[in-house]
Amino acid sequence: MQLTVWTYEGPPHVGAMRVVTGMEGLHYVLHAPQGDTYADLLFTMIERRDRRPPVTYTTFSARDLGGDTAELFKTAAQNAYDRFKPQTMLVGASCTGSLIQDDPGGLARALHLPIPVVAVDLPAYQRKENWGAAETFYQLVRALAGPSAPAPGTSRPERAAGVPARCNLLGPTALGFRHRDDIVEITSLLTKLGIDVNVTAPMGASPADIARLGEADFNVVLYPEIAGQAASWLQRTFGQPFTKIVPIGVSATREFVAEVAKLAGVDASATLASACTRLPWYSRSVDSTYLTGKRVFIFGDATHAVAAARIASDELGFKVVGLGTYSREFGREIRDAAKRYDVEPLITDDYLEVEAKVAELQPELVLGTQMERHIAKRLGVPCAVISAPVHVQDFPARYAPQMGFEGANVIFDTWVHPLMMGLEEHLLAMFKDDFEFKDGAVPSHLGAGHSTPVADGPVQAPPNASNIAVVWAVDAEKELYKIPFFVRGKARRNTERFANENGVATITIETLYYAKAHYAR
Amino acid sequence: MNVHVQDCPVAADVAPKPVRRESGQREVFCGLTGIVWLHRKIQDAFFLVVGSRTCAHLIQSAAGVMIFAEPRFATAIMEEKDLAGLTDANDELDRIVAQLIARRPDIRLLFLVGSCPSEVIKLDLSRAALRLSQKFSPAVRILNYSGSGIETTFTQGEDACLASLVPAAPPTRTSEDQLLIVGSLADVVEDQFIRLFDALGIGRVQFLPPRKASALPAIGPNTRFLLAQPFLADTARALEDRGAVRLAAPFPLGVEGTTAWLRAAADASGVAPALFEAVTQPHRVRAERALLRYRDHLGGRRIFLFPDSQLEIPLARFLSRELSMQLVEVGTPYLHREHLAEELRLLPDDVVLSEGQDVDLQLDRCRMARPDLVVCGLGLANPLEAEGMTTKWSIELVFTPIQGYEQAADLAELFARPLVRRAKLVA
Ligand code: SF4
Ligand code: SF4
Repeated sequence: MQLTVWTYEGPPHVGAMRVVTGMEGLHYVLHAPQGDTYADLLFTMIERRDRRPPVTYTTFSARDLGGDTAELFKTAAQNAYDRFKPQTMLVGASCTGSLIQDDPGGLARALHLPIPVVAVDLPAYQRKENWGAAETFYQLVRALAGPSAPAPGTSRPERAAGVPARCNLLGPTALGFRHRDDIVEITSLLTKLGIDVNVTAPMGASPADIARLGEADFNVVLYPEIAGQAASWLQRTFGQPFTKIVPIGVSATREFVAEVAKLAGVDASATLASACTRLPWYSRSVDSTYLTGKRVFIFGDATHAVAAARIASDELGFKVVGLGTYSREFGREIRDAAKRYDVEPLITDDYLEVEAKVAELQPELVLGTQMERHIAKRLGVPCAVISAPVHVQDFPARYAPQMGFEGANVIFDTWVHPLMMGLEEHLLAMFKDDFEFKDGAVPSHLGAGHSTPVADGPVQAPPNASNIAVVWAVDAEKELYKIPFFVRGKARRNTERFANENGVATITIETLYYAKAHYAR
Repeated sequence: MNVHVQDCPVAADVAPKPVRRESGQREVFCGLTGIVWLHRKIQDAFFLVVGSRTCAHLIQSAAGVMIFAEPRFATAIMEEKDLAGLTDANDELDRIVAQLIARRPDIRLLFLVGSCPSEVIKLDLSRAALRLSQKFSPAVRILNYSGSGIETTFTQGEDACLASLVPAAPPTRTSEDQLLIVGSLADVVEDQFIRLFDALGIGRVQFLPPRKASALPAIGPNTRFLLAQPFLADTARALEDRGAVRLAAPFPLGVEGTTAWLRAAADASGVAPALFEAVTQPHRVRAERALLRYRDHLGGRRIFLFPDSQLEIPLARFLSRELSMQLVEVGTPYLHREHLAEELRLLPDDVVLSEGQDVDLQLDRCRMARPDLVVCGLGLANPLEAEGMTTKWSIELVFTPIQGYEQAADLAELFARPLVRRAKLVA
């Protein structure tokens, strides 16, 4: 058992729901207890969808368990077919459904429906949401595109001269963080390059579209967590190469453009030259100088976390002090990236571990998920959201991609916003007792209503930190309070560590400045 | 329609109203959801769900945008190895509980909350609660109940929780009659009722659940209890098992319901009718006046209620009698005929009641009827709005103070608001 306060991912059948709900003409019959329909409101409320997800639940109850739950499943599947007339049906079980071992695949096949039935077996006690989405998408692609696969060993026919290159966009789903706008941004980028999009899937695709995936020349994998497995299969089966670079950030987008241009055999120079992105200039302008070396902690799914680290370090001039992911399947990517920034990778789905790490590192900015907002609130650190899981405010009405050149603009604004504006930062350091712009006050450009930092004194010590038995002399403590609050936690910890390591029992003003000199960057 | 709140026409033995019973897909929450409000109410209690990642995901989705520094609920997520051997699962549970209690030394009461997976594999949480209680008492008391979807629907989670508290309550010491109000109410509502009972001269009023687990009310044969919520079947039975006696009454929604509910307590305590009149009259007048303008707005409108919380029947009674709304269909996940007898008598004779659900068929009926307002869960609300219907999402009715005189107009406002909004928006 694992003690869980917050979970980064839902169960794998929610991943399957994200695939199905993103698609058209597909219906999912889920063997699940009464109550599991809560998942509908993720789509109708958080993503604000205007339709019910195409999911029929058997909603069995304790009373049914004594009877014939298999029959219940068959009735539900038959009714769902009669009512919704889907092109394809997906069947499976939720965590409780899988315990009663009714074999949804076999039962649905026994109905002899005149449409393809795809069974997905999702091990709910081992795997999670993204894995469930990836597996579902892969099974659908295999089942629907598989029949038009060429014989093994056949090489792809050459594209006729004058015919534009075509690619598929793979990975976007319902309930994906900014998937809606990422599709628009990347599609327009490809259009500029003269590349056609054959199918975007799962989002917006029908089973008939999935069957046509093999027609494209190559695949663009936008979200490897979801489409990686399907893309590998498409490569093996149809000989379609796929992109490895995820276009989040200016440099990554440029490299992505070069990568697709190469795959499509087109010239990217015009597109690159005309790229409209303001991030580089905004970041270079002197107003951004104070961003230099801001200590940032990054956590999310592997794709967004790795991309964020690169932007933070290379494009905004922050210092990455922590990097982690809950996507265990992508541990290697995070370990490689962590090496680049010389930090220890944090690969965990344990919220409490992430919390302890943030407390230990004392960053000035947290880039994370909805869960990190809880942590940041508790520790009084500014925070911006870069990855799912997210709540309703991160499915905005406005155009807000993360990918491509416009995505970089959005990212600049979003990440810098929670930080204290430069001028205010200076004034705070110089004059501590202003009645309005108080020490530790919420950055005034955020106005009222934002949470006030709560942790200023020693934050809860991380589990295995060195014991801190030193005491602060009164005047040293006073001096400490002259340090701007957003770096004060760090200064406190450094000084205490310095004192510990040097056998100083009482921290004086001198100790404080010795420590400051010692840790000067 | 005129509302006579003074004398409820308690017609004896009206013919039982026909109820449509449906089974099929149910679009309802499981009882785990109760944790979302119960943990705010009982301030020194912690709720540990023993379940799957689905259960953890449900609770955090239901707790929604609240950002917590330190929530008082969590899930022990079962893994593959826990399914293989129950002894291991018990050891694991002990380990997790020890870990939790070490992290939160302020906890006085820990609920082990059963889920579908733990019920299906027959993990005996009541034994675990006993075992762990011995280990951690007296500092922490450990109880258990099930909030699983296979056994409980939404508010029934509160019923199961309160029922588990009843055996833990101390016996009454005196033979004097005492009044117990059962069902969690917003603190502000509780305080209003305390003042009213005081004015009526009814002393010794206690509440279940209490705000602190360490202050459980005493229960004995001299306990008279009044249900404040309609979904408390098991709790009532547990109380009766300890000799307590239920006072039959409608539920304290609206002016009429509140008056009848208070009167049941007053009659049981021998309060003089004149005093009852004197105490309640100003409240009734004030509340009725506040309701007036909502009646203008809502009167004659047709309303359809999907099953959700078991509050539907008392709500329908309030909406039809005090706001003159027309009931198209009143769905309830479960109908407790005895506890709702007083309510059923007050409903119009031709009311269409349904118990249980087959959501697709019910949606068909709803679409066919094109009501002015649909009360339904969040899984259905936006899709119905997109079809041009006006909806009121029902969960809010459980999270908002709606009982008692002072809240009668607030309750009406909850139904009026979506209609006002629809009329207002031009784009
Ligand atoms: S208790 Fe049952 S219905 Fe509720 S979330 Fe857990 S598995 Fe689903
Ligand atoms: S804010 Fe979140 S939790 Fe609240 S109703 Fe909307 S979607 Fe649900």
